[in-house]
Amino acid sequence: MAKSESKRETAHPPVSQPQTVFRHRLSTRIWHWVNAVAIFVMLMSGLMIFNAHPRLYWGQYGANLDQPWLVLPRFPGWATLPSNYDLALGRHWHLAFAWVLAFGLLAYLVWSLFNGHLRKDVALSRAEVAPAHLWEDIKKHARFDFHESEARYNPLQKITYSLVLFGLIPLLILTGLTMSPGMNAAFPWLVDVFGGRQSARSIHFICAMGIAAFIIVHLVLVILAGPVNEIRSMITGWFRLSPPPASNSGDSA
Amino acid sequence: MIITRRNILVGGAAGLLSGCDALGKNEDFRKLLALGEKGNFAIQRSLQDRMALAKEFRPQQRSPVFRMNGTRQPRGEAYAKHASEKFANWRLTVDGLVARPQAFSVAQLMAGPKRSQITRHDCVEGWSAIGKWTGIPLKLLLDAAGLKSQARFLVFHCADKMGFGTPYYESIDLIDAFHPQTILAWALNDETLMIGNGAPLRLRVERQLGYKQAKYVERIEAVDDLSKLYGGKGGYWEDGAGYEWYAGI
Repeated sequence: MAKSESKRETAHPPVSQPQTVFRHRLSTRIWHWVNAVAIFVMLMSGLMIFNAHPRLYWGQYGANLDQPWLVLPRFPGWATLPSNYDLALGRHWHLAFAWVLAFGLLAYLVWSLFNGHLRKDVALSRAEVAPAHLWEDIKKHARFDFHESEARYNPLQKITYSLVLFGLIPLLILTGLTMSPGMNAAFPWLVDVFGGRQSARSIHFICAMGIAAFIIVHLVLVILAGPVNEIRSMITGWFRLSPPPASNSGDSA
Repeated sequence: MIITRRNILVGGAAGLLSGCDALGKNEDFRKLLALGEKGNFAIQRSLQDRMALAKEFRPQQRSPVFRMNGTRQPRGEAYAKHASEKFANWRLTVDGLVARPQAFSVAQLMAGPKRSQITRHDCVEGWSAIGKWTGIPLKLLLDAAGLKSQARFLVFHCADKMGFGTPYYESIDLIDAFHPQTILAWALNDETLMIGNGAPLRLRVERQLGYKQAKYVERIEAVDDLSKLYGGKGGYWEDGAGYEWYAGI
């Protein structure tokens, strides 16, 4: 296996034989897997907690006699943690892994700011946000053509990761804190920012569903783009490039 | 069974799930998980000013109907008799580690100094209701009784018997006991407390969840240690269901 020792910036190697690029830093890989565990625990224990009162409201208050905007049947056991109804244990899981999620994100963001990961790999360049470029990227996704994004994140990927890193997870943390009566006394502005505890609970649920949708799309794309290579690169850091489409004469795996 | 990728995936997911369930049943792992909530207690207490108030609302922000929850009608003849007498013979005793044990009638408490607050009641299940509570600040009762220096917690003994006849009880520490919004409420939304909401006296600890808001309070006991009482965890739901004693989150 010919490992390229330098961090490649080019999308395509000039030769058609399989080459590897170093794609994910150690900090990114550690955070990815720690976060994968934390996110699954948070989603599933969150559904357990939601099952205790599967109704959502807007505003400061909301209970059985008030008007909900969403009423769902209870989530089945395979989707919740624990799988049987146990609100106390669900809260223990949720409120323990909340620390892993929140401080994991904080450490990752600080480290990624420091080592340039955010600036070099996640931030969108001016050219990338041009509508024509984005449209090209959408068309490539529609054709399941991921060649160009093997060594670098493509624009849609960058937009999605930014939404998760700076939108969904921070919102989940803040709305989670807003639901705490103790935090309301410490930081009264939290409840004002979200327009009430029940609004915060609704936003918390919507963001959690956003994360669930992200995970589904993420896993589907990993499978479409070659699961072994993709998962190996998130473990070892090294990704095997496929030959560029032009020279793809039929000997590719 | 034919081994297919699908079977491996499904089997692996099922294995992980039952593994998590097994972990959750392991006593040591539960203690480890509970550190998360213990951490919340420590952090919240250090972020919160001791006297930081729970948010208070305007009258028009109240819930149209304040939901009743938990016990709505305590069982037993003793409570029924009190209810039929409109709680004229109900006594609230304050004892335990105090210099001067006290007994108050409801009328005495209602005639004393009062505080009204429109606050949000947050159930551990996720719902919230906003109502106006009126009652006597707990601090005044404690000052009258004179806490001994060994006292660390206040235990609220309630008249409602839960499953298997276990009485409901709750406990708070002295930081919450002397908090200005901690009151023994005798009115909700300007009307004498109804039985479903805890008549004649209900504790309000506004910076914690609903299960701390003990109803039907008939005795306040000052203690130095919660482990000697009932299940030892400081409250009915803490003992029975495993809820955290500190319910600030």
